[in-house]
Amino acid sequence: MIRRRSDLQLEADPSARFLPWVIAVMVFLAALAMIGAFALDSLVRDWRDSARDTATVQIAFDEAADMDLLVTTALDLLRSTPGVAEANSLEEAQVADLLEPWLGDTGVDAGLPLPRLIDVQFTAGSRIDAEALEAKLRAAVPGATLDDHASWLGRVIVLARGVQWLALGIVVVIGGATVAIIIFATRAGLAAHREAIEVLHLIGARDGYIARQFQRHCLMLALKGGVPGGVVAALVLALIANLAGRLDAPLLASAELGVVGWSVFILLPVLAGLLAMFTARATVLRTLRRMH
Amino acid sequence: MAENSTVIAFRNVGLRYGMGPEVLCDINFSLPAGSFHFLTGPSGAGKSSLLKLMYLAHRPTRGLVTLFDEDIAKVVRDRLPLLRRRIGVVFQDFRLLDHLTALENVALPLRLAGGVSDADIQNYVAELLTWVGLGDQMHAKPPVLSGGEQQRVAIARAVITRPKLLLADEPTGNVDNVMGRRLLHLFAQLNKLGTTVVIATHDEDMVARFGHPRLQLDNGHIVVPSNASVGGAGAA
Repeated sequence: MIRRRSDLQLEADPSARFLPWVIAVMVFLAALAMIGAFALDSLVRDWRDSARDTATVQIAFDEAADMDLLVTTALDLLRSTPGVAEANSLEEAQVADLLEPWLGDTGVDAGLPLPRLIDVQFTAGSRIDAEALEAKLRAAVPGATLDDHASWLGRVIVLARGVQWLALGIVVVIGGATVAIIIFATRAGLAAHREAIEVLHLIGARDGYIARQFQRHCLMLALKGGVPGGVVAALVLALIANLAGRLDAPLLASAELGVVGWSVFILLPVLAGLLAMFTARATVLRTLRRMH
Repeated sequence: MAENSTVIAFRNVGLRYGMGPEVLCDINFSLPAGSFHFLTGPSGAGKSSLLKLMYLAHRPTRGLVTLFDEDIAKVVRDRLPLLRRRIGVVFQDFRLLDHLTALENVALPLRLAGGVSDADIQNYVAELLTWVGLGDQMHAKPPVLSGGEQQRVAIARAVITRPKLLLADEPTGNVDNVMGRRLLHLFAQLNKLGTTVVIATHDEDMVARFGHPRLQLDNGHIVVPSNASVGGAGAA
């Protein structure tokens, strides 16, 4: 029987050996970079949502003042403020827990002048003027400050966005490098099979017919490397997620990938295949036009 | 194509490779449809170069080549495959694809042309290969075939589509006399069916035996006008 095998023996080319490995590495790196970008996006959204409706009031320790009275005064003021859903003071033990990472678990010295903290929850969607509220607090409770986390969150978000752009930049660079490698491999293949291509031309093959042989070859090689690359990236990510899950790190708790994130693992090998296919086709067509 | 129309015509054609001297100079001839010519001349006379111009592997450095009534200088690249599919070529060095079987090599032009089912391709190719004595070698690859067998595969590939123009460069150089005559009869058969045939050869016995007109090349010039509109510019 007549087999539908390639008219060019591309499977014997060196590219058939190295291209899957290269594509596997590229897909692995691109998957990690993209997943990192998606995870950061989810984190930033969550930080922003949670920080938008909360604030912390801090009352500096004053040896001469009745700290409990100051806290009660501040709580009364806050609870009577429109838009404040809840205001609760943190017990000294809770404050000590917060300081534990810095002071160790041997217990906070009873004589340590700790500030008193009040956790404030705003009504969802309320527009609280933080500066005005802080001014009112200061007037009623000397040494009180209100932190609505805006400044800290702003810096963290700028950093996160920067890292996201960097990740996307890495993906673009990986894509560019992949294209360059495919072009190189395809040109090498064209040079290696120049004689056979000439014969095919002389017996009536169109450029598109020859290009199809290369694009099919590159698609298969890219999938052969891309699928394992994506699978390994998924395994690595699952390992990282497992390790991160063991940390008591509230900031990372919401780093969920979601459907879009996980679909990266499926889409990236396919995209790598399509990129390889179209790059090979364009390279063959352009090179053949120059060759003859 | 109309009866007695011209399949190919050369007008003041010259060819040089790079900056070298002209290997073909002032070539003038035209071949009517259905004609049969031998292309003869000593080694280096330019026979292969002339054939290359005829099967569109090269474009002339100067002059006008008309193929199937089309000026090839004006033929756009995308149309070249359609013209080439009407030409069957037997290359001097066979130029078979080594990783394909004899069957697959011969099937290539049919597959490229399209419109024929795999089953029909299989039947046509098997029949032709059997006819040229390769019925038991259909699934062999060229590297394991002898020179003569490869030559017959190359000939089968050239004639499988029943081309309008058949160009053969020393097609019987590697086969014995019996097979040589058999192959020449195959070309004659195709010629009777309307294929215009040009065979480049050194074999004077064969030229004499078949008695077809000849195009004689010497040092890049046609030196012996044949009786088929060959000669000066005005004769074509």
